[in-house]
Amino acid sequence: MRIRYDRERCVGSGACAFTLPDIFDQDEDDGRVLVLVERPGSERRKAVEDVAASCPVFALTVEDD
Amino acid sequence: MTAEVTTAPSAVEAPPAFPLSRSKCPLSPPPEYARLREEQSVSKVTLRVSGKQVWIVTRHDQVRQVLGSPDMSSNWKLPGYPLQVPLPPEVLETLELPLVAMDPPDHTVRRRALIPELTAKRMQALRPRIQEVTDQHITAMLAKGGPVDLIQELAVPVPSLVFCELIGVSGENVGFFRRYAEQMVNRDITPEEMGAAQYEMEMHLQGLVAAKTENPGDDVLSRVIAKNNETGELEHNDLVALARMLLFGGFDTTANIIGLGTVALLQNPEQLAQVKADPSLMPKAIEELFRYLSISDSATARVATKDIEIDGVLIRAGEGIIALNGSANRDDRFFDNPDALDIHREAKGHLAFGHGNHQCPGANLVRVELDVVFTTLFSRIPTLRLAAPVEELEFKHDQLIYGLYSLPVTW
Repeated sequence: MRIRYDRERCVGSGACAFTLPDIFDQDEDDGRVLVLVERPGSERRKAVEDVAASCPVFALTVEDD
Repeated sequence: MTAEVTTAPSAVEAPPAFPLSRSKCPLSPPPEYARLREEQSVSKVTLRVSGKQVWIVTRHDQVRQVLGSPDMSSNWKLPGYPLQVPLPPEVLETLELPLVAMDPPDHTVRRRALIPELTAKRMQALRPRIQEVTDQHITAMLAKGGPVDLIQELAVPVPSLVFCELIGVSGENVGFFRRYAEQMVNRDITPEEMGAAQYEMEMHLQGLVAAKTENPGDDVLSRVIAKNNETGELEHNDLVALARMLLFGGFDTTANIIGLGTVALLQNPEQLAQVKADPSLMPKAIEELFRYLSISDSATARVATKDIEIDGVLIRAGEGIIALNGSANRDDRFFDNPDALDIHREAKGHLAFGHGNHQCPGANLVRVELDVVFTTLFSRIPTLRLAAPVEELEFKHDQLIYGLYSLPVTW
């Protein structure tokens, strides 16, 4: 799996970085999403998909490799 | 001769008054939401505050559609906007609009000035201080002995002190903010006293921004100001408006969730026992409380800037629309058995903080605050219970943000 993200859409809600701090962080300058681990193990898929579903602007998507 | 009896054609009935009334179950949204979701998910209501007719949408997908649409404006000054506070037109005209009432690109510039200061990491970094404040107040409660009013003893002071911490208020000014917070939940206060308190607070925020522009400290407001000194994007009044937004968004909402959340957990003792036994369940339980309680269920309003169709209903440009997140959060198309509080469910995807580019920027702060407050409250006072039947509690049926005026508890 691979995490795709759209920094242009991101409004910095930080729900991703709050819930999965080992995978997501926020840029110190503009608060927008940083993906620390673009290809987490498949055991994290459900967690990442849940976070993507809670993004207020749907800036995150999960893709198959 | 007997004429055929004709009943006068019933006059076209005005749409129902809004906000709709909550049921006898005070933790649930108005029961009418459920009927509307099934039978008439996009419908019209008459605002109690102004008599204006506006649209409401009730389904999860519709609320997301409205709040995520670029064709929906948040601008309070547009004539069709469904304002739910009684602001006279002459006041509205001169009002410096808060972030929540702006559209891009103004909104984007201001939100981006603030967001780096409210990141998940920065909010987690406040945890030790929130813990300290929470512990102090629970110690004081225990020393006092029950019954006490949890709203006055814990729910109001903790978020107001955290707010002071956040914007760098110290010394005697903390007392000023604390008194203001208490006044805001005092139902006996007259409109004049309320107005005077608001004015005094406004002057205080003006002074605070001026002082921090002169002499920045190590706090959210100072850092926004310092960065702005370099970019020069925002005026003094914009910075005051940001401070005001942090104030209004930041503590009354949190206080209300602390009060209502405590009731909801005490009403579900089996689930509460599980969280007490395993505090790692708390973050999920809190997400479920946001969904279940939806304290700002009717606060997300927009005005259409283009014609837009929602489930076959045409909303015309210029018409007002309220996206009921409290209804969306009980939509069984999105959540299984939505009327049950279930701390084990995946409540992510709830719309309690709104949706789209206006989503509450303080969400991660309240997540940390509630985690600390609930975990500490129930571990230090494991026998905590209501000191009055739920039916007798004073709920804020008359406020835009729902909550409790007081909450007697004992142990």
